[in-house]
Amino acid sequence: MDGIHDMGGMQGWGTVAIDPDEPVFRERWHGRAFAMGAMSMGLSGTNLDAFRHGLERLHPYDYLADGYYGRWLACAETLLVDSGVLAPGAVEARARNLSGESVDEPADVEENKPVYERGGAGSLREIDDEPAFSVGDEVRAKDIRTGGHTRMPGYIRGRTGTVQALRPAALLPDTNAHFAGENPQHVYTVEFDSTELWGPDAEAAKLRIDLFESYLEAI
Amino acid sequence: MADPTHIKDRPSPAVRAEALESLLTERGLVKSEVLDGFINRFVNDVGPMNGAKVVAKAWTDPDYREHLLADGTGAIKELGFAGPQGEHIVVVENSDDVHNVVVCTLCSCYPWPVLGLPPEWYKDPAYRSRMVREPRTLLSEMGLDLDDEVEVRVWDSSAENRYLVLPQRPDGTDDLSEEELAALVTRDAMVGVARVSAG
Repeated sequence: MDGIHDMGGMQGWGTVAIDPDEPVFRERWHGRAFAMGAMSMGLSGTNLDAFRHGLERLHPYDYLADGYYGRWLACAETLLVDSGVLAPGAVEARARNLSGESVDEPADVEENKPVYERGGAGSLREIDDEPAFSVGDEVRAKDIRTGGHTRMPGYIRGRTGTVQALRPAALLPDTNAHFAGENPQHVYTVEFDSTELWGPDAEAAKLRIDLFESYLEAI
Repeated sequence: MADPTHIKDRPSPAVRAEALESLLTERGLVKSEVLDGFINRFVNDVGPMNGAKVVAKAWTDPDYREHLLADGTGAIKELGFAGPQGEHIVVVENSDDVHNVVVCTLCSCYPWPVLGLPPEWYKDPAYRSRMVREPRTLLSEMGLDLDDEVEVRVWDSSAENRYLVLPQRPDGTDDLSEEELAALVTRDAMVGVARVSAG
């Protein structure tokens, strides 16, 4: 989907500061949010791709307001509510009660975990299909536009690059995130010249990105 | 447009995290000690010190370096490092001619088994947006100036492959042991936003 998460090439974010003394978790809740975020996939019966899509589905304000672990926390809640493990509004009501308010907490709802087939642990899969592309091939990133999950960032749509490597085949996040099948595919590292992506005045650089076979077309 | 006050008026994330934990705990779905263990692992056991050992070994053992560049996942596992976000690790080597740097524009994918969890700057929208578009300018702002002749290779980790940069070994370190070398290797150098300095 075209969302706040697809940040490649956006402008206006300012500069980057490195804090050499940054702790792993700056605040206690960062660690709790991280751990519960990681566990929310199993608890909601979903998967890593659904989790990433959960992050993308957050309202842009929610995506940004509380930083990385704020999104993990909000996404954990999203997946758990989607799967009926928690009722909508349960977290907010409990939080208000923990803050000294006295509000009614919603009754539990019926569990509604997704039902789908899994091809094994992790994301890598063995497939028998011959790869459609070889190292050195020129390929074009398709003009994919979807309201769902995809791992093809907008900034490479329609751009031409060269296959640099064939990586292990992996399940397709675009369908797995929606519990619509793993559809494992070959994955290629494709190199794009910066001028192909950003115009003739771009800084000299090569961009290398991993793309699923169905994202690409031969030239 | 949604009303941004829904953010202003809601409980803080610290309280919402506590609320979520209490809801999950009372349903028997998580245990506080399990969360503690998970958190402690990433605070104490998984971090850039792991990647530093990989780099130092590659600098001192040519066979290991070759293995690492051909099969990052396998060579890294040999040193005992594996786990989530490390299903397939590719190691890319810096040289006088090529400088590699890693980003994840779509989220913040990062090779956890060798670097731990990503630092704030890696997750910053400024880093995610700019590294693919103006890497030289951004690297320079972050303290790394590269000659015009050096090819800058930016890796956007958009699938399940995770990238680790093998930095150049600094001059003047011939007498150092593998352990002493590992102490020089920084997280930032293994992402590609810094060089390793001899200290």
